[in-house]
Amino acid sequence: MTAIEETVLKLDPEEARRVRQERLERIGRWVLPLAIMILAIWLWDRVCVWNEIPKYILPRPGVVLQTLYDDAGLLFSSLLVTLRITFLSLLLAVIGGVGLAVLFAQSKWVEMSFFPFAIVLQVTPIVAIFPLINIYVDNQTVKLLLCAWIVAFFPILSNTTLGLNSVDRNLRDLFKLNGATRWQQLRYLRLPAAMPYFLGGLKIAGGLSLIGAVVAEFVAGAQGQSSGLASRIIEAGYRLNAPRLFAALILISLTGILIFLVLSLVSHLILRRWHESALKQER
Amino acid sequence: MASGEGPMLLALRSVGKVFSNGVTALSDVDLTIREGDFLSLLGPSGCGKSTALRLIAGLSTPTSGVLDWRGSIDRSNIGFVFQEPTLLPWADVFDNVWLPLRLKGVSRAKAAPAVTEMLERVHLTGFENAVPRELSGGMKMRVSIARAMVTKPRILLMDEPFAALDEITRFKLNNDLLELWQDERFTVVFVTHSVFESVFLSNRVVVMAARPGRVHAELAIDAPYPRDEAFRTSPDYAALCRQASDVLVGAINSTAGPHHDGH
Repeated sequence: MTAIEETVLKLDPEEARRVRQERLERIGRWVLPLAIMILAIWLWDRVCVWNEIPKYILPRPGVVLQTLYDDAGLLFSSLLVTLRITFLSLLLAVIGGVGLAVLFAQSKWVEMSFFPFAIVLQVTPIVAIFPLINIYVDNQTVKLLLCAWIVAFFPILSNTTLGLNSVDRNLRDLFKLNGATRWQQLRYLRLPAAMPYFLGGLKIAGGLSLIGAVVAEFVAGAQGQSSGLASRIIEAGYRLNAPRLFAALILISLTGILIFLVLSLVSHLILRRWHESALKQER
Repeated sequence: MASGEGPMLLALRSVGKVFSNGVTALSDVDLTIREGDFLSLLGPSGCGKSTALRLIAGLSTPTSGVLDWRGSIDRSNIGFVFQEPTLLPWADVFDNVWLPLRLKGVSRAKAAPAVTEMLERVHLTGFENAVPRELSGGMKMRVSIARAMVTKPRILLMDEPFAALDEITRFKLNNDLLELWQDERFTVVFVTHSVFESVFLSNRVVVMAARPGRVHAELAIDAPYPRDEAFRTSPDYAALCRQASDVLVGAINSTAGPHHDGH
């Protein structure tokens, strides 16, 4: 560290400027968004005061925070319900997505035959499918899981399929030359090669499974069948309890951010030694 | 150490290869490879030298003619070094060299002596745990050679392996490859477009011509081994290079004849 600082002193003006620039950027990356966020919250608070907006329409940030604290028991138990659906569906999306991708990778014919079905499932809005699921499935948890799964599995399937198929041609020849079996080729070549693609899909699916869980709860909650965060929001909406509505919203957002950060970290840890994407993050 | 010493290992007899897009990559190639040969296939791009190598490796099958192996040969008797290092980027050096043995069901512990020895032979001892990203281009190529040699193949096929390296690194790898070859006495078929490289390394240079790919002429490089840096600057080497260069020019001109604009 000290060695670096000593050399900094001897740098010519151009290099010194660059070092200064880099240091500023490093600080700015954290400070700027934080400052803007604080400014926005302050402005939100001022707007409420200046226009004398009643708290059942737009509560002041302090009131929302207070509600988050006062209703913590209710909100966090609901969050747990939503989280359970989110993680279970993400787990199923990983199993289903990777399983199907491996199946597709076995033969071009299988992929050609079944990939369109996956696309149909993906592009049909989940809100429109839910009434059907509601008719066919009795169990509440299974209902929600199925919904969230349909939303989340596609990016994993699509990315992993792409990864399994983008193995270097020479490496494929190398395995052929060494008499590798189909299983060996999958285990030692195609699955590791697909890892960066899979992890990219996982990051998207993590967010989507939360969205899927909340949307499913919304539809189910409208029928009074759910106890997750979404039903807290609907409930609060009926009662004009805007502070609680905001508190629940903030919880969902924070959860989404946390899921993204955790999955990014997992991805970085797995890829950091060999993949280009991780290499750039280090700098 | 002249050509034509060892017994025949492989003969290509009237071998041709036509691709489905109508391109004739190889036409009527006759070539005998002898045990212990260091044979270079030298020619301009499009002369089918890489195609010939893939045919020998069994990665592709000829349209016409036969490959006549002396005795039985299976794929574990063939080592292949690609133009790029073609390493598994997620695996460290040890695991990359272990790979061919691993695919044959040899456990890590059982493979360790062979892998360690091979890494020593290519001067990479101490780099067992490095991943390819951490290595220079020359070192990656050394790993690639170690991987090809770890199964002790009878024939090593090399497809322009040093083309992407800088000259200093290439010379070093040339020397080390020759050293390895002299110790182990396996057979090498080396594809290159460099006259200087082919003359420095080989005891036989087969010059190929393009459109269609065919054997134009064969040169015996009757310089004694071991060849070292002194040979690289010797008049003998210069004369042999000039000779090979003349033959190569002849091969290129034979292409630029009446059927040059045929496509």
